Amino acid sequence: MLRIERLRIAYPGRTLVDGLSIDFRPGQIWAMLGRNGSGKSTLLQVLAALRPPDSGMVWLKDAPIATLPRRALARSIGVLLQDESREFWGSVRDYVLLGRYPHARSPFGWGAEDEEVAEKEIAAMHLGGFGGRAFVSLSGGERQRARAAALFAQRPVIYLLDEPLQHLDLPHQIAVLERLVTEARDGGGIVVMVLHDLNFAARYCSDFLLLYGDGRVSVGPAEEVLTAEKLGELYGFPLIPVDAGGERVFLPGKQSIKGRHV
Amino acid sequence: MSVLLLLAVTSIGAGLAAGSVPIAFGKLYAALVQPGNDAISDIVWKIRLPRVLAAFTCGSLLALAGVLMQVLLRNPLADPYVFGISGGAALGVMLGMLFGLGAIAQSGFGLAGAMLASVLVFGLGLRAGNWNPYRLLLTGVVVAAGLNALLSLILVLAPQTAIKGMLYWLMGDLGYAGNAMPAFVVLLVLVVVVLPFAPAMNLLALGRMKAQSLGVAVSGIEYLLFGAAAVAVVSAVLIGGTVGFVGLIVPHLARLIGFKDHRWLIPGAVLVGGGFLTIADTLARSVWAPLQFPVGVLTALLGVPILLLLLAGRNKDAAH
Repeated sequence: MLRIERLRIAYPGRTLVDGLSIDFRPGQIWAMLGRNGSGKSTLLQVLAALRPPDSGMVWLKDAPIATLPRRALARSIGVLLQDESREFWGSVRDYVLLGRYPHARSPFGWGAEDEEVAEKEIAAMHLGGFGGRAFVSLSGGERQRARAAALFAQRPVIYLLDEPLQHLDLPHQIAVLERLVTEARDGGGIVVMVLHDLNFAARYCSDFLLLYGDGRVSVGPAEEVLTAEKLGELYGFPLIPVDAGGERVFLPGKQSIKGRHV
Repeated sequence: MSVLLLLAVTSIGAGLAAGSVPIAFGKLYAALVQPGNDAISDIVWKIRLPRVLAAFTCGSLLALAGVLMQVLLRNPLADPYVFGISGGAALGVMLGMLFGLGAIAQSGFGLAGAMLASVLVFGLGLRAGNWNPYRLLLTGVVVAAGLNALLSLILVLAPQTAIKGMLYWLMGDLGYAGNAMPAFVVLLVLVVVVLPFAPAMNLLALGRMKAQSLGVAVSGIEYLLFGAAAVAVVSAVLIGGTVGFVGLIVPHLARLIGFKDHRWLIPGAVLVGGGFLTIADTLARSVWAPLQFPVGVLTALLGVPILLLLLAGRNKDAAH
């Protein structure tokens, strides 16, 4: 449904991705892994049509993504950006309702369905008592939950998320991940997310994209890509695979970072 | 909103009643409903009403431009004059005054100056083809500074007799406002054009990328809103000179009263701006009557205490 074709993304003096082609299919949950500055966010923005690639194409169904009107695009693709303005003029409810913008029928007020969806998503992110509170008064984690609620209220088919777990406490990290799994498995959606937590990635994701930051990538399912060797090279730091009751997890090696080329 | 409407109507009523010849409300009503051939009807219809219309329109236009600029630049301190459009208009009008031209020619010069300034700011600020608020703002501020220097030069060169008129114009003075009806029509058209984009503005306030990701066709809307702001500024400046303070502060005043959603903020700021400038102008021409002050002297004198009071009140709320 979402397809990239011979994609090239480069910064002056550095190629991040070159000749990358992937077909993202309904039901898949992708983790994008890599070090700081390896191009994860940039690639996510290219997928979301928020920036053009240096060359190559992004297709949504059978249309080049750049040719689709923004509003139509926003009904299919929902984006959780890594950063956004902390200033917001309204309440948590006002904020979550913004997710309904691509569905709104009139510019002069929200429909009953919009209000209903927003309330439901506010409750789902455990912000039930917070609807009327000023968005700016929320803590970092609460704000991240409100942003997730706005994304879910958007009801997209394709979820593109840049560090969706940042600032969240453990139960809310799990809640967001499980919700994304539900949207992909039961809703036929596609999830592509930038993650820094290898073990959550290994547990919840079906497909992996490792960006080495120099144009090389590894693409594939866990058994092909999530090896101690590949991950050690990806992060430039040794990782030790450990069997935890039948589930393989990765622990960072005990070496010091001092003296290492980082 | 209904309270604001009431305030706006009250300010217009007060503006019609007060002046060097105070008119009782009963007589005012009679003169409005059944204009006769008496002096009072003449004062109301030929002097006061055009003046009040000019004040209200000018204040509304500036407030509208202020709201738009603050969203477009994502900067709460953005002022409609920040882009040098008003400086261009001022330069044109001052040149007109310097050459001793009539009012209409002066306005023509002002319009030409404003257009020249906007072409300059936009040409330079948007050369790379994408909308960068920072570069646009900096270009505007630099162009405005250059225009201000030219204005100072004109003031130095101008004959003594012309200087007072020029200074009054620069401070903002509705004493020479001509027929404000065209500007009022411009105001109504702008509000109708801009209001459907209020939800998009709600999103734009969170940043371009966020707005884009939620389905706002950002570039087109930004050009449209900037064009609307420019038209509003030029129309306002041609009525009343460079009235200060209104465009910067009235949007904040409206927000502090509780209009934060742009769907409400736009009409709210338009009403507050109009009512505020009407009251300021009424005071400027009636308190020291028959002496008439330029309204620009009073906008800050009146507005600063109101805003500080509201800010103090809000801090108290936030503490609880």
